[in-house]
Amino acid sequence: MAVTVKIPTQLRSATGGQAEASVDGATVGEVLDALYAQHDGLRDRICGEDGELRRFVNVYVGGEDIRFLDGLQTPVAAGGEVTILPAVAGG
Amino acid sequence: MGATNLRCRECGTSYGLEARYVCEQCFGPLEVAYDHQGLADDRDLLRRRIQAGPQNIWRYSDFLPLEAPPGPSGRVLSRVGLPAGCTPLIRADRLAERLGLGEVWVKNDAHNPTHSFKDRVVSVASQRARELGFDTLACASTGNLANAVAAQAAALGLPSYVFIPADLEEQKILGTGVYGTNLVKVRGTYDDVNRLCTEISGERERWAFVNVNMRPYYAEGSKTLAYEIAEQLGWSTPDRVVAPIASGSLFTKIAKGFSEWLDLGLIDGAVPTMNGAQATGCSPVAQAFAAGTDVCRPVKPDTIAKSLAIGNPADGPYAVELARETNGSVDAVTDDEIRAGIRMLAETTGIFTETAGGVTAATLAKLAARGDIGADERVVLVITGDGLKTLDAVRGTFESHEIEPRFDDFEARVEEGVHA
Repeated sequence: MAVTVKIPTQLRSATGGQAEASVDGATVGEVLDALYAQHDGLRDRICGEDGELRRFVNVYVGGEDIRFLDGLQTPVAAGGEVTILPAVAGG
Repeated sequence: MGATNLRCRECGTSYGLEARYVCEQCFGPLEVAYDHQGLADDRDLLRRRIQAGPQNIWRYSDFLPLEAPPGPSGRVLSRVGLPAGCTPLIRADRLAERLGLGEVWVKNDAHNPTHSFKDRVVSVASQRARELGFDTLACASTGNLANAVAAQAAALGLPSYVFIPADLEEQKILGTGVYGTNLVKVRGTYDDVNRLCTEISGERERWAFVNVNMRPYYAEGSKTLAYEIAEQLGWSTPDRVVAPIASGSLFTKIAKGFSEWLDLGLIDGAVPTMNGAQATGCSPVAQAFAAGTDVCRPVKPDTIAKSLAIGNPADGPYAVELARETNGSVDAVTDDEIRAGIRMLAETTGIFTETAGGVTAATLAKLAARGDIGADERVVLVITGDGLKTLDAVRGTFESHEIEPRFDDFEARVEEGVHA
């Protein structure tokens, strides 16, 4: 069963306006790789050259920031939800 | 207006002055860029214009990102909103003496309409929101911003939605709901509230979230603290500023305010040494500073300083950089030190501050004890909020005398108790 990825408005220009994507993957890293394969140009906007998330990108699994979990190795259950959001809000 | 565009702090990509806060290329934060060159032609004239301006932040309109700032003649509440700023800067000799310091000033921003510095940022964000055609104000708040947005929306006659963590101090909840806002208590931390508001702001295009999609404009409001301090010190900078850090926005924008005026030659001095203050129970920026990195690893807050309880600070990396560049620091203090800081400030200045001010005062005490502050330094302590907002922090910290309404009981229980 696939994983749902929620795309923030700021990235929808790269997904043809799509707010959600359905991809396969067992970890956040695999899910994001599958998402990049679907949409050209997304990888550079989310990842730095070192393959890690850019410092102002937040990714959540089940509502929890993956920095509190296992980062890109965080497991994602089938049917689960991964949310990408900008980090610069608030304060 | 002097504002020209929005620019990404990370990659430099430029955008128009619209409701946008994140760079589409790299997700970096957007900041307002200005062209102030025209202002440098006659500095005396500019100083006189500022001095002749209203007794609020609109005297600094030349440096704020608005097309039609309220201006000196604006007295219509529904147009100008609640006036913020022009708060007292008080020389605190007894505080200085207590800490063995030469010269300490307290910038008391509890004097704003809703008793915290947040009225500054909300004033700018709400004016810009109206210029951009939004019809609703909203925010994610740790409390002070909730008060400010609810009140400002009431003054301007706009509907508002205020999102707070459900466990916020009762005083801050009551002081928000009274304005007739739509108060939304979210079961979670401030960072959860913030995440939710980031999502909602993407889906509700008519809403101006002051600290999400309006954030570049909102943040500019904090510069007015620096302008006021410089103006109140006779057009010069202090040597050192001690200010609290939650997201890091206030801390970095104070320095930006001084820098802008120094670049224009409007004031004497240099960018002050910047000391940031956090609570140990939520100190991602202090931890990054101590570790020598600019990566602020998010934390789960656990502190009485709820207005500073942001575990994932948006401007954390920039706050660390600024502290380093100015030979400052970012320190953290415990909840007991926070209570002692509130008490110290109250006893030596008559100013009763909330827990965030306790963090800042305790950090000043820590810097003094560590010998970081020179005897000839002029130090400004930025007090951002009022003690009446966090009364629980002082409960049980002092004794009182309960007596019968009789003179002998007064003598026996109060005077003899005092002299014993």
